[in-house]
Amino acid sequence: MSPDLLNVLEVILNGLMAGIMYSLVALGFVLIYKASGIFNYAQGVMALFAALTLVGFQTGQIPFAHVINAALGTHLDTWGPGLPTLLAIILTMGVMVLFAYVLERFVLRHMVNQAPIILFMTTIGLAYFMEGFGDLMWGADVKTMDVGLPSGGSTWLESITAGWAAEGSNYRGMYIDVLDLWAAGVAIVLVITLTLFSQYTKTGRALRAVADDHQAALTVGISLRTIWIIVWSIAGFVALVAGIMWGAKSGVQFSLSLIALKALPVLILGGFTSIPGAIVGGLIIGVGEKLFEYFIGGMIGGATENWFAYVLALFFLMFRPQGLFGERIIERV
Amino acid sequence: MFYREAGDFKTSYSSDQQTFPIRLDRHMVWGILAIAFFVVPFFINDYWEKSVLLPFLVWAMAALGLNILTGFCGQVSLGSGGFMAVGAYACYKLMVAFPWMNMFIVVILAGLITAVVGMIFGLPSLRIKGFYLAVATLASQFFLVWLFNKVPWFYNNSASGMIVAPERTFFGIPLTGAESPSWITYLFCLTLVVVFAFIAHNLIRGRIGRSWMAIRDMDIAAEIIGVPPLKAKLSAFAISSFYIGMSGAMMFAIYLGTAEPTEAFGISKSFLVLFMIIIGGLGSILGSFLGAAFLTLMPVLLKNVMVNGFGWPADLAAHIELLLIGALIMFFLIVEPHGLAQLWRVTKEKLRLWPFPH
Amino acid sequence: MKLKKIGLALLAAGMLVTAMPAAMAELTFPMLSYRTGPYGPNGTEFADGYADYLTLVNERDGGVGGVKIKAPECETAYNTEKGVECYESTKGQGSLIYQPLSTGITYQLIPKVTADKIPMHSMGYGRTSAADGKVFEYIFNYPANYWDGASVIIKHLLDQNKGDLKGKKITLLYHNSAYGKEPIRTLEELSKKHGYTLKTIPVEHPGQEQKSQWLEIRRDNPDYVVMWGWGVMNQVAIKEAGNINFPMDKFIGIWWAGSENDVRPAGAAANGYKAATFHGVGTDYPVFKDIEKYVKGPGKAAGDGKNIGTVLYNRGLYAAMLAVEAAATAQKMHNTKELTGAQMRDGMENLKIDKARLEALGLPNFAPEINVSCANHGGPGLAAIQQWDAKEGKWKLITDFIASDREVIDPLIAEDAAAFAKENNITPRECK
Repeated sequence: MSPDLLNVLEVILNGLMAGIMYSLVALGFVLIYKASGIFNYAQGVMALFAALTLVGFQTGQIPFAHVINAALGTHLDTWGPGLPTLLAIILTMGVMVLFAYVLERFVLRHMVNQAPIILFMTTIGLAYFMEGFGDLMWGADVKTMDVGLPSGGSTWLESITAGWAAEGSNYRGMYIDVLDLWAAGVAIVLVITLTLFSQYTKTGRALRAVADDHQAALTVGISLRTIWIIVWSIAGFVALVAGIMWGAKSGVQFSLSLIALKALPVLILGGFTSIPGAIVGGLIIGVGEKLFEYFIGGMIGGATENWFAYVLALFFLMFRPQGLFGERIIERV
Repeated sequence: MFYREAGDFKTSYSSDQQTFPIRLDRHMVWGILAIAFFVVPFFINDYWEKSVLLPFLVWAMAALGLNILTGFCGQVSLGSGGFMAVGAYACYKLMVAFPWMNMFIVVILAGLITAVVGMIFGLPSLRIKGFYLAVATLASQFFLVWLFNKVPWFYNNSASGMIVAPERTFFGIPLTGAESPSWITYLFCLTLVVVFAFIAHNLIRGRIGRSWMAIRDMDIAAEIIGVPPLKAKLSAFAISSFYIGMSGAMMFAIYLGTAEPTEAFGISKSFLVLFMIIIGGLGSILGSFLGAAFLTLMPVLLKNVMVNGFGWPADLAAHIELLLIGALIMFFLIVEPHGLAQLWRVTKEKLRLWPFPH
Repeated sequence: MKLKKIGLALLAAGMLVTAMPAAMAELTFPMLSYRTGPYGPNGTEFADGYADYLTLVNERDGGVGGVKIKAPECETAYNTEKGVECYESTKGQGSLIYQPLSTGITYQLIPKVTADKIPMHSMGYGRTSAADGKVFEYIFNYPANYWDGASVIIKHLLDQNKGDLKGKKITLLYHNSAYGKEPIRTLEELSKKHGYTLKTIPVEHPGQEQKSQWLEIRRDNPDYVVMWGWGVMNQVAIKEAGNINFPMDKFIGIWWAGSENDVRPAGAAANGYKAATFHGVGTDYPVFKDIEKYVKGPGKAAGDGKNIGTVLYNRGLYAAMLAVEAAATAQKMHNTKELTGAQMRDGMENLKIDKARLEALGLPNFAPEINVSCANHGGPGLAAIQQWDAKEGKWKLITDFIASDREVIDPLIAEDAAAFAKENNITPRECK
């Protein structure tokens, strides 16, 4: 094979991997939208908050240390060496469940039956709130996310593919980030678990019932409030996973919340209501934007990925206005 | 008692169809305008101009524009930042190319250019609806900002890609640049905003406004009774972009004086304008003003209270400010999901009966 | 009810704004800091350093020439509009010097501070051609600007290659914004002179996903990568460079891509990464003992006091030190305790800091000697290269302060300044 062809293959492969990373974020959006019709703008900030909490537990930070110090003149910083990763993850999950409960109790409960755009706006308010809250709780510095996942280029793939190119072409072999492979594995497990959960458990069936029809679900005795707490907790868990994966790349800092913007084109392409859609959408966006940057980007000055993802999604929408896997929009007068 | 609609008789069609048919409304609007035009300019200083009044006017204009599209025509858009950038860059190119041109004309032309661009990016709305459309309009946001960053023609090949507004005068008084007195920039923006708010108010009472609202309420039904969706949606995009473009031009030329696309017209601006109209009230001209006031003045207010008032450390205050803004947004939506404009309507209702509630 | 409350609150705020205290016998150095938003981690460190040094001067020396320094802090969140609000709210308090800390706010304030006659110091950022003091009377960007930075990086590479870069491939990875585009022209000019080939790759803000860019770098296999990054772009780039096994000592960032924040998340993979800097690193200077004694010990440290000694903290400290020295110079020149903006400008224009003075300040060899003049607001243009040692978790200086290629840069500055002067009808002033 010629190196050019191999390069294209490499770009596609890495595009797929990038797509999986987008899907991880998009999944959280889909879960909440499906169950409650809320377009949760705060999903990115939730990922940031979960990651901050995880790192905080891992390193043994005292929450609100800076506020307490400023108010009382103390010198608090850490309470000890920190917790082992697994325990920290479990505790973080606990925090996310608590967060879901508080959110339902004080905000969502009052917002039943509001227009979608009002709910959307509420989550924007939530995003502001959590950003300030996370900063106050854990401090605004860049933190290192280390849960023991391997990262770096795969030497195995590199050595195998190096021989594929024609003799004398000086080809170095294909590149893939091991962390991305892990992310792909995690995403697959996540999707399978979510599917099994929603198909075969009682709670899962209740979730689907609520997603289908709020009122009907209420009449058969499903508690909307419990369901919402469960859904937001699951979304919190997905946010934690996304936070771990993205945080391992960039460190845990405010910008982590901006990954939401990369998930939006994935969402509209896959459809707001479909879990497989989030995965397939992610793959299409990832490969599409990388290939565009590879073939055309160089010619028109580069840095095209941000907008091209949206243009690509827009193109698909022209043919299917509800996204590839979205529920068909039926309109009646 | 205080707010009365009863006893306000009309004896001719023209008086029945005037912009503010209720006498009290009319008097109030005239009163506020009189204060804004004839009192404020004498007391304005740099701080009030640059930190309070100009941002408020600029954002009010943008909110008016987006409210036409989202509030009246039902098309959610997150491309406002990009359209503001179009207005700003059009304004810059016009200012440089035609130094003699009156700034009012420059700003309006910049708005017209934006209207054309807005119409092009409005085309997908014929097929895509709801949140799908909202996210799709982000395509225009990212593409336009990238374009202005990439093509040197837009920023006249300056080394860093910043555009700087050259000094232009208005009857001999500098209107742009650092030397311009506060009152003239304020009056310039105020005039534009008032004139176009008046036009918007009348547009939505007319045929075109009614066709927008028909599309908003149910587009299929509207189509069946003979409202052409193509015309209604594209005209909403065009007029909304016209307003947003003007606000971008004002922001660049009068308020800031310099601009760089990624920072000045980023995605956060698109969201900000959307927040304004939701907080203020969708489908309400008054709401656009209230929303713009809330979101431009609230942070300034919070900062002044916390840092200057309580003397809190600036870093904590900055975080608490975010937290409070978020909490306030949620609080307002819980108390009154239909925005500040609805609060005003409720207040009017109360004033009508007060002090005899039955 | 609610409306009434809001109205009252607004009224109260209005009164607060108008009732701001007038200038007193103090030197006011307003701080336009940013502790929130995407760049918050960097802004916090700089602001802490700036505030701590001013506190030190107040506590240890009783201020500058006996006059205390007041440093009202105002949060800009790196946002231009908030920056304007901060400027307008503080300029009436007898402000003497502004450090806007963002390219956008700097450009925004250039005409304003000139009209208000308050000097602005954009240290190592902002508009490069502001180094031309004849055109930019009130703008200073000493001790070094971006073009100096680019040139110093190339000089360092020349040193590494025995003075010959012919046929070498250098890739510039830049933040796609006004800031990131700054070095392109200089690097292009230098490539003509030294014969290397330059390739530029932009990264769109915020830069969390750089797979395409690094695959391209991996394919091209350039000899060196130079980075003009900011915020999360830095961490991701350094991580990706490690992933593709790009030799870290051939990867050099500008000074805004060379703090602890940037390298830490990549862990051991970041070892050997280099960055330019215009001041010393670490806490190995006597002044830090004073900070411990007078500032941190009594609990007067800004922020949470955790950032002392980081690269950006030192930069903030350096900026504050230069401001204090300029104020002292101005006091001597005009023989007065209280200063005006114009007098402060004179102080900055005549700022001279030699080795002996640095020693006296407790910062021996912390920075190159500085000599600002009426025509040259850009200072010496010297910068050094620092390298990250991941094992010790420390930046280390690996070169002396290197002079930039003035032959190439001066004409570029003169050209850009002349263009600005023409656009804005400024007649360059005479400098004796």
